[in-house]
Amino acid sequence: MILSDIYIHAENLCFSYREGNGKEENPALRDFSVEICEGEYVAVLGHNGSGKSTFAKLLNLILTPTSGHLTVGGVEVTREDLSDEEILNLRKNVGMVFQNPDNQLVATVVEQDVAFGPENLGLERAELRRRVDDALERVGMTQYAKHEPHRLSGGQKQRVAIAGVIAMMPKCIIFDESTAMLDPSGRREVLDTIRMLNRDYGMTVLNITHYMNEAAEADRVLVINDGRLLMDGTPDEIFARREELQAVGLEVPQCTELVHRLRGLGIALKGDGISTPDACADLILHAYEKLSK
Amino acid sequence: MDKLYLDHVSYVYSAGTPFEQKALDDVTLAIRGGCITGIIGHTGSGKSTMMQLLNGLAKPSSGKVLLDGYDINCDVNDVLEEWKKLPEYSGMSPRSAKKAIAAKIKKTRAKLCFRVGLVMQYPEYQLFEETVSRDIAFGPRNMGLAEEEIRQRVLEAAAFTDIGEDLLEKSPFDLSGGQKRRVALAGVIAMRPEVLVLDEPAAGLDPLGRTFIFEGIRNYQRKTGSTVLIVSHSMEDMARYCDDVIVMSGARVIRQGSREEVFAHVDELAETGLDIPQITHLMQLLRARGLPLPENIYTVDEAVEALRALLGLGAK
Repeated sequence: MILSDIYIHAENLCFSYREGNGKEENPALRDFSVEICEGEYVAVLGHNGSGKSTFAKLLNLILTPTSGHLTVGGVEVTREDLSDEEILNLRKNVGMVFQNPDNQLVATVVEQDVAFGPENLGLERAELRRRVDDALERVGMTQYAKHEPHRLSGGQKQRVAIAGVIAMMPKCIIFDESTAMLDPSGRREVLDTIRMLNRDYGMTVLNITHYMNEAAEADRVLVINDGRLLMDGTPDEIFARREELQAVGLEVPQCTELVHRLRGLGIALKGDGISTPDACADLILHAYEKLSK
Repeated sequence: MDKLYLDHVSYVYSAGTPFEQKALDDVTLAIRGGCITGIIGHTGSGKSTMMQLLNGLAKPSSGKVLLDGYDINCDVNDVLEEWKKLPEYSGMSPRSAKKAIAAKIKKTRAKLCFRVGLVMQYPEYQLFEETVSRDIAFGPRNMGLAEEEIRQRVLEAAAFTDIGEDLLEKSPFDLSGGQKRRVALAGVIAMRPEVLVLDEPAAGLDPLGRTFIFEGIRNYQRKTGSTVLIVSHSMEDMARYCDDVIVMSGARVIRQGSREEVFAHVDELAETGLDIPQITHLMQLLRARGLPLPENIYTVDEAVEALRALLGLGAK
């Protein structure tokens, strides 16, 4: 891996929220180090309060680390003398989509909401139009361009919020439990959108989630516990560590659990961290054919 | 008699405006008492609207909502003729009978929100008291119960939702997200509702938090024999915790029945934009590739049993 490939470089990051009386709370992140490359699709797992969202908020300077070093897109975020322009660029390059779409929509017409971010970049009208139309099309909301956001369903609102971020053309998008309030088809659409942004546009994606099936779709999974990076690997590698995951309040996908339990019963199956139905079906069929011979 | 019965219920938002939208379209539905019923359906299918109709928070545009056979939105004129014959009102003059019946209806309606407890999405945003125990006590106190009874109910609700006694005197705002959610649930359980209705009770929680919430709900249902309705998108949770399932799509009920009956129509579920449990999907794949597996497998436990039989047999 050559250095220029690295988009996010965190070294011994620490962060503590301050209480009302100015005292520091228990640190939300402790000695957190990780490297994420350009164009990676990374899922971030961890129980509520593990520090996942704190990490995300450090990446575009919503929060500033208490100590440690953080470089995003070649700019050292933790430098004291960061210029306003550098801060603006950082925020432009790292977009965020939050859990509750109601907290992210600002305008009274869908297309105006999507235009809100890019409008503030001072773009040409034609370019603005193109970006808004393109963003709405990618999330499948073109037909709602003239609708009022508050009349949309939760899932539709969330897709508008994503369009608003896409229209900024960031290098990296962080999804902070963005599918938690969506129905399965809405979730599917968001996940397909995430995959497409990563694959077709080379966008670096961080998906913070509680859904193990979502994490299985990423190229790489980070597990954060108690403010520390506990695990880092491919989905199969991570889900193979079933007991460790359960110990920190997480679980494995149903297919992984099934393979584990069958093996416990003495049925010879390979593939510890198998997490998708297709891979799991192959495994079970293989065992079945071997036994029938 | 069914615990809840929806009789040709329709609900229209913004009627008479260009934004008019049918949230429920001629829904007729029976919900069995004493079990857990799951309501599934994509966003905008009418699930949440239906929930709000069940305790009178919203009134149907047409049709009736019956709780134990009683029309919860009935008007004095609807029932006057029938009720006048009841011994309670028989000796009264027509005018005072009407007045008494109207008062009775009003009283019944006021009590409805105690009988049908609603747990909204993200209920932890509704916590407001200084301590956990006072927050849980808010409902029972509004029911006008005695202090000792309130105390009992707080302890009971806390036990159902696995809130330790050490948390009771803390500020609810000092708790974790999962704990807050459980306190909010306890606040409704403390009213001992006959019907407990929950909208996405586990949304946004981590796996352990989900398990805690669902176990708490099941615990309450099994011990009190009450009726529970859960709206959720998670088919895996539904398969694990529900006895009956209702599927909604486009403001209508498209299927209802036992968990087994409904999940047997997996293709239909997929068509309406819903998920099936991952394990059920796996079983479909295996059957398609020739493995003799039963069709009614919806949980990991069931799959382990079926595959053990199948793979164990081959080993002999």
